[in-house]
Amino acid sequence: MTAITAAPALAPARRVGLLTGVRHALTLAWRSLVQIKHNPMELLDLSIQPVMFLLLFTFVFGGAISGSPGDYLQFALPGIIVQNAIFATMTTGFGLNMDLTKGVFDRLRSLPIARWAPLGGRILADTTKQAWSMALLVGVGALLGFRLQNGLSGLLGAFALLLAFSLAAAWISVLVGVSVGEPEKVQIFGFMVIFPLTFTSNAFVPTETMPGWLQAWVEVNPVTILADALRGMLIGGPVAAPTVQSLLWAVAIAAIFGPLAMRALKRRL
Amino acid sequence: MEHAIRAEGLVRRFGTTTALAGVDLAVRTGTVFGLLGPNGAGKTTAVRVLATLLVPDAGHATVAGYDVVRQAHQVRHCIGLTGQYASVDETLTGAENLLLIGRLLGMSRVAARARAGELLAEFHLTDAGGRAAKTYSGGMRRRLDLAASLVGRPQVLFLDEPTTGLDPRSRNELWDLVRGLVSTGVTVLLTTQYLEEADQLADELAVVDHGRVIATGTPDELKAKIGGQVVVVRPLTAADLPRVAAIAAELTGAGPEIGQSAVTVPVSGTAVLPELVRRLDEAGVEVGELALRGSTLDEVFLSLTGHRPEDDDGGDGDELVVTRERTTA
Repeated sequence: MTAITAAPALAPARRVGLLTGVRHALTLAWRSLVQIKHNPMELLDLSIQPVMFLLLFTFVFGGAISGSPGDYLQFALPGIIVQNAIFATMTTGFGLNMDLTKGVFDRLRSLPIARWAPLGGRILADTTKQAWSMALLVGVGALLGFRLQNGLSGLLGAFALLLAFSLAAAWISVLVGVSVGEPEKVQIFGFMVIFPLTFTSNAFVPTETMPGWLQAWVEVNPVTILADALRGMLIGGPVAAPTVQSLLWAVAIAAIFGPLAMRALKRRL
Repeated sequence: MEHAIRAEGLVRRFGTTTALAGVDLAVRTGTVFGLLGPNGAGKTTAVRVLATLLVPDAGHATVAGYDVVRQAHQVRHCIGLTGQYASVDETLTGAENLLLIGRLLGMSRVAARARAGELLAEFHLTDAGGRAAKTYSGGMRRRLDLAASLVGRPQVLFLDEPTTGLDPRSRNELWDLVRGLVSTGVTVLLTTQYLEEADQLADELAVVDHGRVIATGTPDELKAKIGGQVVVVRPLTAADLPRVAAIAAELTGAGPEIGQSAVTVPVSGTAVLPELVRRLDEAGVEVGELALRGSTLDEVFLSLTGHRPEDDDGGDGDELVVTRERTTA
C-alpha cells in the first residue's frame, strides 16, 4: 500500500489566494460541464427542449398569432430566448441541491479549496450552458428565417444583458435549491412559479390581446421588460429604457436573494 | 506529534437539540480510533467538526496540530473524509472523480491522472474507472469514496460509517484496505454502529451516547470494564425467563438482559456459578444451557448505555430499561 500514502511534501498554505480560487472554480465548472457527457437529460434540457419549444411555437401558434410562422418567429424568438434562460436558471438550484443531498458538497468543503469555489464553479458552468442555449436558439432561428436587425452589436448586447439577468436570477434558484429537501422539489418550483411567470408576459403574444386585468400585470412583469429589451436589440425598437429597467430588476433580485440564499446555505451546512 | 487528533469540550447544538454535549478525544498518531454509538449519538457531528465542516459552539480541537476553527485551511490539507455525508459525484466516472480532486488539490493534469490511475488500481477499480459512479455496486462505491479521500495523501483519515449497508464480503474488503492504510502510518478516526467493526479495526474506542463520551479504552479494556465475562442461562421453557433473570440479578447485582430464549448477565468472576446453579435448581428451573463466556462489545455497550447500539435514541432503548427494572423489582 505504499502508493496510497506518504508524508505531504510541503507545509500547507494558510489560505487560498484569489487566483488559486479562480482555478478551483474553473475546475469545478469543468466538472459540471463534464456531467453533460454522462447525463442525456442535461443535453435534453440544454439543446433539444429549447429547439423544440422554438419549433412548436413558431409552426403551431405562429399562424394564429401573427398570420404566418415567419412573422411570428421574428416577434417570438427574443421571448423564447428569455423564457428558456429563466427556466435554465433552475439548473443551478437543482445541481446545488443534488450536491447537498448526495454529500458531494461536504466532500468539496473538506478539501483545501476556496470557500466560494463550489458555488462559483457551478454558476460559471451554468452561465456557459446559458450562452450555449441562447446561441443555439439564435442559430436555429436564423435557419428558420429570423433576421437580426441590429447586427452583431445588437446580438452581443442581448447576450450580455441576458447573462447578467440570469446571473442575478440564479440567486433565486440557489435559495430554492438550498431550502428544499430533494432535487425534485426544485423542478416543482420551476414548474409552479416560472411557467406562469414567463407565460404572463409578452414573451409569446402581444400584450394587447390579453384581458385588461392581465395586461396590468404583464406590463410590470420583469419577463416582459427583459423580452422588450432583447427585441429592441435583436429586431429593433426601444432599447435604453427596457435595458435599464432589466438591469435594475437584476440588481434588485441579486440584492434581495443573494443574501437570503447565502444565509440559507450557511444554515443548511 | 503524539496525538493526531485532540478535542476538548466540544459542544454543538442544532436549535434545541444538543448533538455534542462536551466531547473530549485524544487519538494517538498512527492508530485507529473508533467512535462507537447508536444513530443520533453525535458521531457524525463530531467528525464534521473535526473535518472543519462545522464550527463548534464551544470547546476546541486540533487535527494534525492545527486548530480546526482558526487554521481550518491547514487542517483541510492534512485530512481525508469519507462517509455517509461526504461522497463522490455519481454522474462522473470513477476516474473523473479522482481527477477532479487531484486537480482541486493543485496537481497538474498529468500528475492528477497518474494519481487517479494508481488509486484505481490499488482499489481494484481500474476496469470500472471509465464508468459513471452511479453504475457501481455498493462495495465499489465505498472503495471509490475511500480512494477519493486519499488522493491528497492525508495524514488523518475520517471514515464516517464506512461499511453501513455493505454486505459482509465488501465489508471485509474495506476493512483490509483500512488495515493496509494504517500500516503506512495514517491515523484513522472511524465512526461505526457495528461493534464488530470497532473490535476488528480500532486500537482504541470511545463509546458515544447522547453527545457525550461515556467510556474510552481499548476494546479489551472496555470488555473487562463490565466484568469481562457473562453467564448465559437458557431455560427449557421460555416462561421461566423472568425467574431466571430475577435470580441472576439478585446474585450478581447487575442488570440481566432477557433475550428470546436466554438470560445474559455480566459476572465479575467464576465464583458465582455454583451458587447460580444451586439457586436455579431450588427454584425448580430446568436449564437447557448454561455457559460462561467473554463479553462482546455489544454487551459492553448495553451495560454502559442501557440500550443496544443498533437502537435509535428513542423507544427500544427505553423499553429495555423498563423491562430490566421490572425484573429486578
